[in-house]
Amino acid sequence: MKAAAGLRGRNRHGWLMAGPALAGLLLFIAVPFLMAVGLSLTNLRLGSPLPLEWVGFQQYERIFGDPAFRRALVNNAVFALVVVPVQTALALGLALLLNRPLAGRVWFRTFFFMPVVFPMALVAVVWQLILAPGAAGPLNALLGLATFGLWEPLDFLNHSGAALPSIMLMSIWQGAGFQMVILLAGLQGIPSTYYEAAAIDGAGRWQQFLHVTLPGLRNTLIFVVLVTTILAFRLFDQVDILTRGGPNNATTTVMFEGVTSAFRRQQVARAAAITVVFFVIVLAITLVQRRLLREEREIS
Amino acid sequence: MSAAIPMGAARVGRWTRLLGGLALGLATVFFLGPVLFMIVGSLKPDELVLREAGSWRAFWPTEGSLQNYRDVFERVNFGRFLFNSLFITGAVVAVGLVVNSMAGYAFARMRWTGRNALFAFVLALLILPFEAIAVPLFYMMIEFGWRDSYQVQIVPFLANAFSIYLFYTFFLGLPRELEEAAEIDGAGPWRTFFTLIVPNAKPAFATVAILTFLVTWGSYLWPLMVTSGETYRPLPVAIANFKTLPPLQWGDIMAFGVMMVLPILLVFLLFQRWFVRGVASTGMKN
Repeated sequence: MKAAAGLRGRNRHGWLMAGPALAGLLLFIAVPFLMAVGLSLTNLRLGSPLPLEWVGFQQYERIFGDPAFRRALVNNAVFALVVVPVQTALALGLALLLNRPLAGRVWFRTFFFMPVVFPMALVAVVWQLILAPGAAGPLNALLGLATFGLWEPLDFLNHSGAALPSIMLMSIWQGAGFQMVILLAGLQGIPSTYYEAAAIDGAGRWQQFLHVTLPGLRNTLIFVVLVTTILAFRLFDQVDILTRGGPNNATTTVMFEGVTSAFRRQQVARAAAITVVFFVIVLAITLVQRRLLREEREIS
Repeated sequence: MSAAIPMGAARVGRWTRLLGGLALGLATVFFLGPVLFMIVGSLKPDELVLREAGSWRAFWPTEGSLQNYRDVFERVNFGRFLFNSLFITGAVVAVGLVVNSMAGYAFARMRWTGRNALFAFVLALLILPFEAIAVPLFYMMIEFGWRDSYQVQIVPFLANAFSIYLFYTFFLGLPRELEEAAEIDGAGPWRTFFTLIVPNAKPAFATVAILTFLVTWGSYLWPLMVTSGETYRPLPVAIANFKTLPPLQWGDIMAFGVMMVLPILLVFLLFQRWFVRGVASTGMKN
């Protein structure tokens, strides 16, 4: 800290106050990330007899040529395409229901938000029982009841068509409350005079929703959609605990492939390349969101 | 029905109200059902949990007892896992609050060379999810010789770009007069920060504490990678492992789950207002 000590009064204090956090961010986030980029261009594999060398973009070529990894990308994308709209619509619906004078409002908010405090590992375990195969499985029994016995009991988590939707369902259960609370705050930020003005202009409830509520929630919605999309690409815990990517890669994800390469197969360089691809996806989503927000600022 | 309803709907039709009530009811069943199911299952004899899972009895403990809870303690070292989770989470939250609030303050209210460039660095890290660095960090920790320890689950998570950002935005909004008064009294920046700023920033501290607590308590990927034995294993990895221990006894697993979520559920119910406010404020950041 020689350079800092040489600086005058306030300067030194600023450095000292921000220093511990900055050192942590540098050492444990920035450096590992740069390491990932560097390692992804090598052939490093722990315990491999091959000499370490630069192999350029070979790892990237290899992962994109790997059907399991391509399936993982598709699964993450499908997960995002289903969960983001469904969960956002559900959360918005709940937020609208609760943004009214209503007896027991706080109770309902508590119920809907409660799953948010459940660790994902626990959610996965509880839902494994709910999704239990056979007619005694709660979800199977419920579907049987709803279809008057027409439902054929499924082994949800071992069924190639039902495994991913099952994981989507529990993810929505856990995440909707989080979004709902954010949207509720957004709703409360819309001045009631806007609604009154719209009502005077003769707008019905649906028109008010389209022309007052949705525009008023625009930024909040963009934020919520961004966060949920990124979460969709981070999907790991439920998959690791319930299906290990199976059956037949039906539920594998980018992170699951990365972790499997890294420490079940010791393929350091490959795992690093997967990490970088993951980051590029997240970066792209974030840039799209920034763009959308900027457009709005230009309009208003 | 008065005209001053915020939604601006002067008259809500009977059908709309009925549909709204129905929707609320269904949503309550959907969100609360699995929670009740877990609690009731934890009180039943193991063999009845799955057998009765498909009927209304899933929500009623016919032969309720605390035997499953006793079984958990007999089969695994639950106390150890609980302690690990409490210790790791406590340390990350407590030290994180100090370190990140100081950084947030330095960025928001102090002038120093390099501040703007370093703040851009913090903002850039905001978009980097932990998953993007988990793998290289894992190898780095092996180099450090930190594998299977407490520090490997604590130290890398103390500094947090998002926490710094939340503190930063909060401190920006505090009135300048606070510091001006302190300066006249001859207080240096450290004393100003700890005796004046911190007590006026309780909402920011509560928000960051709650969000850090939720993330750390539920963390699974990282402890899965870095712990190997039971000594440093936290609850999320422990329950995933407990589930695979033969014999498969769902009652025990549900009892494990209840005990795992109970501390956080209690904190949530006691400080619900803060949870909701904290979560809501994350959406305000843009």
